[in-house]
Amino acid sequence: MPASATDPTRMTVAEARDALAAKAVSAVELTEAHIAAMERTRALNAYVAETPERALEAARASDARLAKGEGGPLEGIPLAIKDVFCTEGVETTAGSRILQGFTPTYESTVTANLLRDGAVALGKTNCDEFAMGSANVTSIHGPVINPWTPAGSDDRLLVPGGSSGGSAAAVAARSALAATGTDTGGSIRQPASFTGIVGLKPTYGRCSRWGIVAFASSLDQAGPMTRSVRDAAILLGSMASFDPKDSTSVDMAVPDFAAALTGDIRGMKIGIPKEYRIDGMPAEIEALWQQGMDWLRAAGAEPVEISLPMTQYALPAYYIVAPAEASSNLARYDGVRYGLRVPGDSLLEMYENTRAEGFGREVKRRVMIGTYVLSAGYYDAYYLKAQKVRTLIARDFATAFDTVDAILTPTAPSTPFAIGEKQDDPVQMYLNDVFTVPASLAGLPGISVPAGSGADGGPLGLQVIGRAFDEETVLRVGGVLEDAAGQQAAEPPRIA
Amino acid sequence: MSLDKATVARIAHLARIRMPEEDLDSMATELSRILDWVEQLNAVPTDDVAPMTSVAPHTLRRRPDEVTDGRVQGKVLANAPEAVSGFFAVPKVVE
Repeated sequence: MPASATDPTRMTVAEARDALAAKAVSAVELTEAHIAAMERTRALNAYVAETPERALEAARASDARLAKGEGGPLEGIPLAIKDVFCTEGVETTAGSRILQGFTPTYESTVTANLLRDGAVALGKTNCDEFAMGSANVTSIHGPVINPWTPAGSDDRLLVPGGSSGGSAAAVAARSALAATGTDTGGSIRQPASFTGIVGLKPTYGRCSRWGIVAFASSLDQAGPMTRSVRDAAILLGSMASFDPKDSTSVDMAVPDFAAALTGDIRGMKIGIPKEYRIDGMPAEIEALWQQGMDWLRAAGAEPVEISLPMTQYALPAYYIVAPAEASSNLARYDGVRYGLRVPGDSLLEMYENTRAEGFGREVKRRVMIGTYVLSAGYYDAYYLKAQKVRTLIARDFATAFDTVDAILTPTAPSTPFAIGEKQDDPVQMYLNDVFTVPASLAGLPGISVPAGSGADGGPLGLQVIGRAFDEETVLRVGGVLEDAAGQQAAEPPRIA
Repeated sequence: MSLDKATVARIAHLARIRMPEEDLDSMATELSRILDWVEQLNAVPTDDVAPMTSVAPHTLRRRPDEVTDGRVQGKVLANAPEAVSGFFAVPKVVE
């Protein structure tokens, strides 16, 4: 008998739905098991706010609906929510001191959609401050520990990736059936790769950004973090919606994403971008990528080499565009309407004191870079230049998709590294997102699927990038990789 | 591009972040390093390229100019560090 038949924290979302429908488990039992798991794994620091009472109340309501034969697509499913989603009545900090004590009086559209469909929110998960980071080490709540840190390696704890590191750790450690994340340059996909789970960044515009603490508005996108591709499809179906409150939300039908998981990729052309073979790429990443091509070929698809010539310019363009938008978005934190206020002798001093004490070092760096590149005399040289390069990057992808149906790349350039590493030089940390940022700049959907592990035992993911609003192909190809890799059952050492 | 301390102090002021004198040097080094790195974009010819203005190829929607929300003063002020008589309160700005 598989462990999932007896332990509700080992189920996938799809299995839990079936178990609930068959009355093999109740929503309260499912929720209680995850509350216990959340408590047992507190050392990971994945959750920054636990809401067990609210979760149990919601689970009881779910059981009542299920008993009447009612209930939504996620009825009774316990989820973790990244702490950048505004949650009515539950503190929302985005990992920043400047937002400590902020309790939203409204619910973000994405989380409201999940609750409407019956999901049970277990609590809020840790993340890099304002989602700025690739290791979950910039949070005011402290770093998150990757559950893949080997037992007995307490002097060298691994990062879960970032910025959605708490969500990734919770899903990997089985303290939530699934979680929400947000991805600006890789913040869903890279931590998914680092923790051996599935992470899907939808097309820009697929999920509403309303009620999500903003980092870079032309890049931010919410998405699911799960333990199977099917679960990602199920969650995305609930998270996605047209929302008049987000002017960039796209008014188009939400397909039945799970129906796309036919396993049939025969005849598909899969692009292999030669520019992603970066200098110094570890042999094990190269080998895994090759393995991915072989798996897809065995399933009847045809890997073909493509060229995305602007690839090397994606990261520098991103590190102009994203900080520029962040400097504008974060101007709202001024100590007047919400969050921290540090007094000063004048209004100006109050602003400056509040922001000096409220923002951490990485956020200050990015706000200042953004302020500089948008300032008089530098706008054309930096910001305008970056937006032009961004046009070229999007054009590269558009040209590639004239001939291929999806693109296969590694997700991250390494297995998880240790807390404290790559922190002396910001650019070294930025390089973590070398494979994920290009698709973000072009607004394209991308999924990371666990595909293997490195020599050190750390997980490695492969990324599938698709055409805009073609999450279905991304999921279908991702599902084939998942089946071939057979990593679904892999459990980390530090688990509930 | 190497930023000097005076430039960093000016950026910090524009960003409304108080930055003590002793932090300016290290911040100048870090910001200069990032700016040096992004300047590789200068190698890309972009004279005939339009800057990206919209990620997805869609035009912004219009809507009727109607009030659809409001009368939630309590909610708006609920998280204010200081609220007085239904307003956000700030240090005195007019003598």
